[in-house]
Amino acid sequence: MSGGNPDVVIIGAGIVGAAIAERLSAERLKVIVVEADCAGSGATAAGMGHVVVMDDSEAQFALTAYSRRLWQEKEACWPKAAEYRRPGTLWVAADAEEFAAVEHKHAWYGAHGVQSEILTAGDLAREEPQLRPGLAGALRVPEDMVVYPPAAARWLVERARRQGAVYMQGARVEHTTGSVVTLASGTVLHTGGVIHAAGAQGGHLPVTIPVAPRKGHLAITDRAPGFLRHQIVELGYLKSAHGHETESVACNLQPRATGQVLIGSSRQYGVHTAAVELPMLHRMLRRALEYMPGLAGLPVVRTWTGFRAATPDGLPLIGRAPQCEGLWLATGHEGLGITTSLATAELLAAQMLGREAAIPAEPYSPSRFGEKSAHA
Amino acid sequence: MPEPVTIILNGERRPVAAGSSVAAALLTMGVAARRSVSGEERSAVCGMGICEECRVMVDGRAGVRGCLVTCRDGMEVRTNG
Repeated sequence: MSGGNPDVVIIGAGIVGAAIAERLSAERLKVIVVEADCAGSGATAAGMGHVVVMDDSEAQFALTAYSRRLWQEKEACWPKAAEYRRPGTLWVAADAEEFAAVEHKHAWYGAHGVQSEILTAGDLAREEPQLRPGLAGALRVPEDMVVYPPAAARWLVERARRQGAVYMQGARVEHTTGSVVTLASGTVLHTGGVIHAAGAQGGHLPVTIPVAPRKGHLAITDRAPGFLRHQIVELGYLKSAHGHETESVACNLQPRATGQVLIGSSRQYGVHTAAVELPMLHRMLRRALEYMPGLAGLPVVRTWTGFRAATPDGLPLIGRAPQCEGLWLATGHEGLGITTSLATAELLAAQMLGREAAIPAEPYSPSRFGEKSAHA
Repeated sequence: MPEPVTIILNGERRPVAAGSSVAAALLTMGVAARRSVSGEERSAVCGMGICEECRVMVDGRAGVRGCLVTCRDGMEVRTNG
């Protein structure tokens, strides 16, 4: 970046901020990224890195399907550390009722141009022998992917820097408007615009946004190559992830490139401390064991938590912040931020540059919640 | 000083101070407990069962944290286990 004020300051170098920095710097905008910790250290590090097409609403589908395509288009670019692979997803049905949902999901994906196939109970047992017997079947979505999110975020930041972006690590934002960003160090940045991409951390904003932290736990086992082949998600996940209970768990298992098994997931509202909570971890692991009893033989080597940025309607906030000229939002991605990061960057760039985007941006517009959420 | 005990480390008999944890014995001998995914040598960091860096095989059991196990005479320890 040569002299003069930046065109934009991006607050947060998680996967979303990093993707935006990469995209806008490619457009020759002068970009500064300010990150309080290090790239990919927040919700990004607590995401499983499951790049998945979701069908719970047309808008969610449009964003996830578009973004999965963008991940795929970058396939050749990702460094080895990003562990980009395509194991596919198995949506596992425990009983006949859930198997009916498999058939519905299959038809829905088919009508929307997403490849999927129905696995019978027998197929499922052959594909994933570690699953408990007696499950009803599954839907396989073969093109879903898995990445290692912090490494992907770091690479996006690195690429943004090569394109001229300035990256300020360890720079905490004290306060921001749409044109002035004040850092805790006392440094004041004057800028053409500000993008809030700091997930659920919005204390520096001049307006209140409808985003709440939703805590999640993860656990990872020692290496056990071949134990598991697909990302395995119980169909009940859709109920627990998108319901609004205060606490829920679902079986969500992922084979890492190292042969480790990453185990999720839990969701909690109203908790603001990052400590691993043993009762919650216990519930989550019990749920995983119900589906895959053999996991009990694998030592868990790490457990950790993070905070997803949840919105009232489960869709992210991408676009201009109401009531604050110059401020843009790219947050509220909840549990789909890794998947939807690249599409978020495209949509935001299109809006900022006055171009047409590949998919309609209205469903994600922050103004959909009206003016009442605008002022702090 | 009490008499040392002898463990069998990767098939070789090695005397270690009685009362040593397996992790301490390995550190004393300069032997890494395991290798990381990228092939780097790893040894105990915390010494109290948290970091998982000192995992070895003890008497045929994989993934044992060496810092939580006291060396016994005849104990078989395998690194990278």
